[in-house]
Amino acid sequence: MSESTARPRGKTKWLLSTNAVLVYLFFYAPIILLFVFSFSDNRNVGTWGGFTLGWYRDFADNEPIQDAIWVSLRVAFITTVVSVVLGTMAALALERFKFRGQRVFDALLYLPIIIPDVTMAVMMLLFFSQGLDIVNELFGTQAGKGLTTITLSHIAFCISFVSVVVRARLNGMDERLEEAALDLYATRWKTFRHVTLPLIAPGVAGGALLALTLSLDDVVITQFAAGPGSTTLPVYVFGLIRRGVTPLINAVSVVMLAVSILLVLLSLLLQRRGDKETAPVDPGVKAA
Amino acid sequence: MTARRLRTRRVATLVALPLSLALVAGACGSDDDSSSDDGASSTDASGTSSGGSGGDTATAECAVDEVDGDLALFNWAEYIDPEQLQEFADEYGISATMDVYDSNEAMLPQIQAGNSGYDVIVPSDYMVSIMIAGEFIQPLNQDAIPNLANLSTEFTGLPYDPDSTYSVPYQAGTTGLAVDTEVVGTDFPRSWSIVFDPEFADQYSGQISLLNDPRETLGAALKYLGYSLNTTSQDELDEARDLVSSASGNLAAFNTDSADELLTAGETAIAHGYSGDMFTQILETDEGTDRYVYFVPEEGGTRWIDNMAIPFDAPHPCTAHTFINWLLDGEQGAALANWNYYTTPNEAAKPFLDEDLLAFLDDPTVITSGEESLELIVDTGDFEINYSDAFIEAKG
Amino acid sequence: MTIAEAPAPPPEAIDEGPIVEAEAATPEFERAAEKAESRRGFLIALPAYAYLVLFFAIPLVIVAIYSFGTRNRFGDTELSGWNLDAYRKLTEPLLRDIFLRSLWLAILTTLICLVVAYPFAYFLATRTPTIRNVMLVFVMIPFWSNFLVRNFAWRVILGTDGPLSTATSAVGLGDTRILFTPTAVVLGLVYGYLPFMILPLYAAIERIDLGLVEASRDLYASGWQTFRRVLLPLSMPGVIAGSILVFIPSLGAYVTPEILGGAKSTLLGSYIVTQFLTARNWPVGASLSFTLTVIMLFATILYFRKGGRTL
Repeated sequence: MSESTARPRGKTKWLLSTNAVLVYLFFYAPIILLFVFSFSDNRNVGTWGGFTLGWYRDFADNEPIQDAIWVSLRVAFITTVVSVVLGTMAALALERFKFRGQRVFDALLYLPIIIPDVTMAVMMLLFFSQGLDIVNELFGTQAGKGLTTITLSHIAFCISFVSVVVRARLNGMDERLEEAALDLYATRWKTFRHVTLPLIAPGVAGGALLALTLSLDDVVITQFAAGPGSTTLPVYVFGLIRRGVTPLINAVSVVMLAVSILLVLLSLLLQRRGDKETAPVDPGVKAA
Repeated sequence: MTARRLRTRRVATLVALPLSLALVAGACGSDDDSSSDDGASSTDASGTSSGGSGGDTATAECAVDEVDGDLALFNWAEYIDPEQLQEFADEYGISATMDVYDSNEAMLPQIQAGNSGYDVIVPSDYMVSIMIAGEFIQPLNQDAIPNLANLSTEFTGLPYDPDSTYSVPYQAGTTGLAVDTEVVGTDFPRSWSIVFDPEFADQYSGQISLLNDPRETLGAALKYLGYSLNTTSQDELDEARDLVSSASGNLAAFNTDSADELLTAGETAIAHGYSGDMFTQILETDEGTDRYVYFVPEEGGTRWIDNMAIPFDAPHPCTAHTFINWLLDGEQGAALANWNYYTTPNEAAKPFLDEDLLAFLDDPTVITSGEESLELIVDTGDFEINYSDAFIEAKG
Repeated sequence: MTIAEAPAPPPEAIDEGPIVEAEAATPEFERAAEKAESRRGFLIALPAYAYLVLFFAIPLVIVAIYSFGTRNRFGDTELSGWNLDAYRKLTEPLLRDIFLRSLWLAILTTLICLVVAYPFAYFLATRTPTIRNVMLVFVMIPFWSNFLVRNFAWRVILGTDGPLSTATSAVGLGDTRILFTPTAVVLGLVYGYLPFMILPLYAAIERIDLGLVEASRDLYASGWQTFRRVLLPLSMPGVIAGSILVFIPSLGAYVTPEILGGAKSTLLGSYIVTQFLTARNWPVGASLSFTLTVIMLFATILYFRKGGRTL
């Protein structure tokens, strides 16, 4: 990244960095508020009531919320893994190959992004209720809705989002690199693993982040696909709002954020170490 | 190779087609499906019917205190103390879980579609009549609920379920207005006019909130105009709609969930809301009832009752009956009310209620209009669409 | 190209592809190679395709069928006697207003997101790799807190006595209460969807050979010209992807408008929710969802065609 005039400098750089700072401030304004008021000794978020750790204590004692968090995490993890794999494959298939029915597939892939949340929620509800009836009749089981149905629903809409991000990356990426690898007798799989994948890695990572976020945050679809004992955190919070948002939710959010930040820092550290061990061959060969 | 490739492609479509047909067929006519209806059968409350429930409308064979598995409760958020629920579980040696919903309308489709997995649900009054008509809840075996005798007389013979055949009252309340006297003073009319009369409301423009609920808000307008809040007259509804429309200019927001918080946070000075919500929130503030006043306007308002019911395909109906019976015990009923601060339908619970709660319940200034002017919301069938459309038109 | 001229390759390095039979490149050979490629593509697409058919297309079909049904007295849907009543209802003026309102809001949100995100994504893409990753992740972290909680936090911030109001009073601009105004709604929507614009933009910009930018500057192009003639066209896939990811959800958004806007005007999203839940009028909920989806699908296809991509 040593191109001289491409990196902004002078006035442009100042403008761009100010913009970046403002954007971050914008993103974190509510987070800061959440953080500050998680220590407020007043049921109303927004009215400061003196410093207290009471809400964190409440959180430690509150089993329903902890269960909900655990459910959310499990669902999000599986959703991310599956949708990243399927979404990346879909992106590859659409960008690197031509096959009949490609247009239909492309359109189908966009539908989950386009469709309104509540419509998807209703259709998943109907689908699972009927589907479970049929499955139970055929196999004599007593299956009900729950974690599985939630996860299945989440994957259904995450695949599309992942594929959109990966495609944006694949599109216009220099295909000749892959062709070169193939010419040099690399197998398709090797080409993918050593050439394509590293090059689309930012796209895949972006897609994964997106899928994780979408799954952790979903309310309406989850509500309708869920069953007893499978309340996720957003659904639980949604229900709580009827009875008032208290700083307890702030405390929960702060803890979850802190854990996420820790995990991220940890993975960055590990990556750093990994980078140091392998000889840095820069795959960013973008020049023609 | 050509044939093989063709086959792979066709297989995908071929699999999809019959599957989708099968599922659609399942949606159309099976006995187990409650989300499609053959019209005539839904009015048939006796015997089997092809729409609605799984056909079996006989009551569950349960003895008092019998449990046939764990309890899966589907309830409004923060409507029961988790510790109280755990007490029940411990007493009967089972586990009890609770999931939440935020509105009757969010709960209904899940029960309607079947296989929800829940044993006890808590629908509101009008929702009970809808669920009875659609056969989404099962008749109760009253022998297994001897504590029914504990219900106060005001909570028996209810229009939507006169003999407690399908439901048992859980908690109740009213809908009215809460006012911040520091802003509005104490000398205001105890009437809906403070929201609907421009002379008064204009002074507090941007500081008023109405419920984001078609029946409640249009209902308030209807009551102010002197009509019933269950009217099926389009003319009356249009008048109410126009009234809400002109009032909306003075509103901060249409809000149901946080109306109470907006009031105590100072965003609003006049808030339309539910008694228990308002009361709990007011008591949380330092000034409490010295500063905030809740009342039901003199023209009348809504009275509502939430009830316990058992879905038609509840996996553990006996546990469900036992739970309902257990909650109707005097001390348990009081524990419930003392925790969520709503009106208890349980006569036997009254001796155990908190003082604050009793003071609130017995306060005559709360229900200024007298009990007779309060109405329960009743489902108006097809006309519901008119209410919801009128509300949307009123908002603009 | 080079296939026919390639020397006999070492056997273990080859997969089952057509290169094995190092024959001359006859037309049949090439067609066979194309078919193999095509089949490979289909197979790679198959898992996602099958998944979506089963867990999306089929549920969609079920709901589509409901749009032809009728709402009976009790709010159930009767499927006997198919009709187009639910679709006819969509032609009422009420819905036209709702649609225009939502459209305007979505367009505004998308434009603002684009304007804010592009410089940000460019800045991000020109940092060193480590910093880039860190910055990117820190963009996503706020969104790992609960969506509703973030909205409620904004409600506090934008409220009458909230931090924003306090800040502007301190600076002498007087009390501001943005809460429950359309501005608050746009702010909330931009907040919620900005990452969806940043990520694709970043992914697209990052793989642009910035040597081209450098070349442009070397040839005395101004910053703006470079942006318009070099950067923008090259990053267009990202712009398109980001716009779609922001525009479409904004069109159907209803939670943020309710919490920050006070639900004072009805948008498409809330209307659909009302039809499905409060009015229990599933046929209309389904018909509106459908129509919206189809329109959006066509719009997406057109947008893509204009952007020069295949769809």
